[in-house]
Amino acid sequence: MTNSRQLQPGALSMSNKSSFDSYRRRFLGGVASTVAGMGVAPGVVLHSVGHAKPAGDAVTGDVRWGMLIDTNKCAAGCDDCVKACDDEHGLTGFDRPETDAQWIRKVTLKDKQTGHTQTLPLLCQHCEKPPCVDVCPTGASFRREDGIVLVDKHICIGCRYCMMACPYKARSFVHETLQDQKPFAPRGKGTVESCTFCVHRVDNDRTPACVEACTAENHNAMVFGDMNDPDSELSRQLKKYNSRQIRADLELNTGVRYRGI
Amino acid sequence: MRITVIKLWCTVLALGLLPGMPALLNADDSLLPVIPEAQHRVSEAQGCVEPVEKMRKDHMEYILHQRDETMYEGIRTRQHSLVECINCHVSDAPDAARYGSTEHFCSSCHKYASVQIDCFQCHADRPVKTSRHNSLAPGTMRLHGKSVVEKDDLLNDKLQATAAGGTVHE
Ligand code: SF4
Ligand code: SF4
Repeated sequence: MTNSRQLQPGALSMSNKSSFDSYRRRFLGGVASTVAGMGVAPGVVLHSVGHAKPAGDAVTGDVRWGMLIDTNKCAAGCDDCVKACDDEHGLTGFDRPETDAQWIRKVTLKDKQTGHTQTLPLLCQHCEKPPCVDVCPTGASFRREDGIVLVDKHICIGCRYCMMACPYKARSFVHETLQDQKPFAPRGKGTVESCTFCVHRVDNDRTPACVEACTAENHNAMVFGDMNDPDSELSRQLKKYNSRQIRADLELNTGVRYRGI
Repeated sequence: MRITVIKLWCTVLALGLLPGMPALLNADDSLLPVIPEAQHRVSEAQGCVEPVEKMRKDHMEYILHQRDETMYEGIRTRQHSLVECINCHVSDAPDAARYGSTEHFCSSCHKYASVQIDCFQCHADRPVKTSRHNSLAPGTMRLHGKSVVEKDDLLNDKLQATAAGGTVHE
């Protein structure tokens, strides 16, 4: 745990926590066990039902969300992941590329010696030891128990220290008054923001928008999953293939790993 | 000296107004806020997610509490969620009132009570029903790489190799 502001599970429990939640939990528990008990042909194991977290449960450090990006499969000129992210979070530009919000961007790498070029998507690397959290004077930048790095915009003062500290230039500052934000992506002038690993989707057992778009287009360059679960597709691939962290020398233990760079 | 005079004036004014006050309050109901109806009721007996009296007084506590639980702990129960308040209390018509208008549920009262909040500088003040988030039930997606596979596919080497990210040699 790198962040002193992180709350203990249950620390926020309200005395009159409603029976609504406990009912819901019992109900969902019942559904999960029914599904798990359903017959499947012998020898066929469905790796599923696993991750669904009841809405009323707190996230824990048992999970660490991560991503593997295979740059060999990342097509030059394709920006489906970027478009999906913009759409998901309502990131609209003001025709000022220098300052417009950018949570994920395509970067082209060129080997000067050989002239070989490749492209890859760059986003917040969800560092285990995030410099953005270290420098934040208000405690607004924080790392969730499950490894997702976020900004609590309620207390962010917009000083932008974190933008300076991030080695990946992953953060943006909102310069303009905004309207029509997406319900699950509150954003506002004067605060800093970055990729949230689509935390609103992940909490609902869904995959980040960029990964979904990449997969839907059959590029399959991105895999999302739980690095702590040896059975997840992500862990299997990480174990099988060589992958790298960008700027591994900084020893931030990033949650996003790359193949083919 | 000046202060004493002002105080005196205030007293005179207040005394002069007092007898007329009840009449003033009764006289003009149009001064009270018109609060738009919610779209649903939790139950016939209890309209809102908590008894209405409690909601009037404490809704901000519930929302504040939920805010931290959601942000830091990923707790996404719907009962005290601001998104759900908006979904129920604001119409999803394209021309629905925005925060700031007396016809918007939240501002109808805040205006009357001279309360200034900044929730809606960042949060959506109208429901977005078309959002893909709401159209999919939890658990129907790819389960973070642990995709549910059909039996036929599972026994097919080609699929396994592809799913594992390997190159398939035909
Ligand atoms: S990539 Fe940058 S913004 Fe993301 S956790 Fe690391 S330092 Fe923070
Ligand atoms: S801009 Fe906000 S999140 Fe970043 S360091 Fe300053 S207060 Fe923290």
